[in-house]
Amino acid sequence: MGFIELKQVTKNFGDLQVIKPLDLEIKDGEFTVFVGPSGCGKSTLLRLIAGLEDLTSGSIQIDGREASQDAPAKRGLAMVFQSYALYPHMNVYKNIAFPLKMVGMDKDAIDKKVRKAAEVLNLNDYLERKPAQLSGGQRQRVAIGRAIVREPSAFLFDEPLSNLDAALRVGMRLEISELHKRLNTTMIYVTHDQVEAMTMADRIVVMNHGVIEQVGTPLELYRNPKNLFVAGFIGSPKMNFIEGSWAQAQGAHSVGIRPEHISITAEQSEWKGVVKMAESLGSDTFLHIQDSGVAETLTVRADGEKSFNRGQEVFLKPKKESLHLFNEKGERQ
Amino acid sequence: MMAPAVILLLGWMLAPLTTTLYFSFKKYLPLRGGDLGWVGFDNYVRFVTSSSFWPSVYTTLIIVGFVLAITVIFGVLLALLLDQPMWGQGIVRILVIAPFFVMPTVSGLVWKNMFMDPINGILAHLWRFFGLQPLEWLSQFSMGSIILIVSWQWLPFATLILLTAIQSLDREQLEAAEMDGANNTKRFGYIILPHLSRAITIVILIQTIFLLSIFAEIFVTTAGAFGTKTLTYLIFQRVLESQNIGLGSAGGVYAIILANIVAIFLMRIVGKSLDAKES
Repeated sequence: MGFIELKQVTKNFGDLQVIKPLDLEIKDGEFTVFVGPSGCGKSTLLRLIAGLEDLTSGSIQIDGREASQDAPAKRGLAMVFQSYALYPHMNVYKNIAFPLKMVGMDKDAIDKKVRKAAEVLNLNDYLERKPAQLSGGQRQRVAIGRAIVREPSAFLFDEPLSNLDAALRVGMRLEISELHKRLNTTMIYVTHDQVEAMTMADRIVVMNHGVIEQVGTPLELYRNPKNLFVAGFIGSPKMNFIEGSWAQAQGAHSVGIRPEHISITAEQSEWKGVVKMAESLGSDTFLHIQDSGVAETLTVRADGEKSFNRGQEVFLKPKKESLHLFNEKGERQ
Repeated sequence: MMAPAVILLLGWMLAPLTTTLYFSFKKYLPLRGGDLGWVGFDNYVRFVTSSSFWPSVYTTLIIVGFVLAITVIFGVLLALLLDQPMWGQGIVRILVIAPFFVMPTVSGLVWKNMFMDPINGILAHLWRFFGLQPLEWLSQFSMGSIILIVSWQWLPFATLILLTAIQSLDREQLEAAEMDGANNTKRFGYIILPHLSRAITIVILIQTIFLLSIFAEIFVTTAGAFGTKTLTYLIFQRVLESQNIGLGSAGGVYAIILANIVAIFLMRIVGKSLDAKES
């Protein structure tokens, strides 16, 4: 079981309120991702759940039991840290065995569990090595192994992939997702990378300035962002925002449109602009368009097969049914 | 390019060493006839067969051993304490480090006259305040007193090195251990102490080198009486009090050998702990 409920949780550091009163429910077995720009309070929220920080007010319940005052070890949660936080003087085996040793489990039982976890994570050949002799990905797996053996009711990940190179990150992303499917345990994952959030999450919690902006499945957030912040944060490249008379003509203060919802047409169309830059990714080409008359720059997705030159004039047609309309407060209308 | 430095260093070390070796094979009594010619290994034999040789070696090792134990144990505790955030941290740290800047002679005299004097010393007043008979520190507890004085001098050094080591410990490791269910004692035993092992070996190594040659603290307090005659002090007595330079020089050579034996052991230990970190 791993049902976590936050009620009116706040956290102050001195006079600064880094977490404003918030409520959140994390369902059993769900993969929840906290995402937001740096300083938005997502890591603090995770540390509050872990018990590494004390609540200023509010309460945290784990599996229906009040846990706000419990010591971290008593909450039944396991955490994987950004720096992995492996114990450098212990070998891999001892690192993974450490939490079991701390609860006073007998040696045979520890051995069985450590070897099983090592098998799951492909660490069998490295059990005798010290953390310094491992690659980044292997260290990451040891940290996960140390979390798995405790059989926690939920796993907490604090930006676990940010120290890995891009190629390894994609691999570990898949591994963690597979692990979640196999264990079916609640996982809470903090990241600033919206691609990680989109690809891994069952549910995403978007945070900004200590406030939850929106909670939903990745596609819900992508298709129906509740406000300008979520609209701009989710999706890569960013959504285009258009204000002014064209937006008013659509009956909104500002209008958002994603790059893939603007098509390039051969003949005269609604908008016209000049290609400032073309980023070719092979499968797609992203064009940065200037002088369109509606926004300073527009990002448009084009077919990767076509080629565009700098300074070339193009006609653009927005897909009217895919517009996101926002009012003055930046809320979806 | 390194030649000037090497030559300077060699001269610095070799000149005194060769003079010591030269005199150790001579019968040289400045006030009783001066240079009386070569005597082979006579001085070496006389120095070790003297009744005060082995006691002085024991005394040296006991002082070094106890001071090391006290400074390391209390150094770790003090470092843990100073690592805690508290009001006036900067001033407290400076105060803790202060004894290290007091010259050994001065600190010896201060301890002798201000603290340990059986009539006017602060400790004597303290004892009387509780209705007890004041202790004659330097005669009744001569070894303990010397160890106390030297430990007081070296504790700041140990604390400083260990404090920087504690501060270099990754906080996430402690948090991970906390989540893994390790309480304060276990976090200290399994995470902090292993992390400090290298700093502790370095403290032991450096202090041993200096502690083997402590002199001023003994000279100004007991003057080698009451069983506080270390090897260094014995050599001093042979040369200056007995005016026997040859015998003293032979003692000096023994001291060099002893220091090197200790150094070799320590280097091996340090080397091992450094290797262990690398691998």
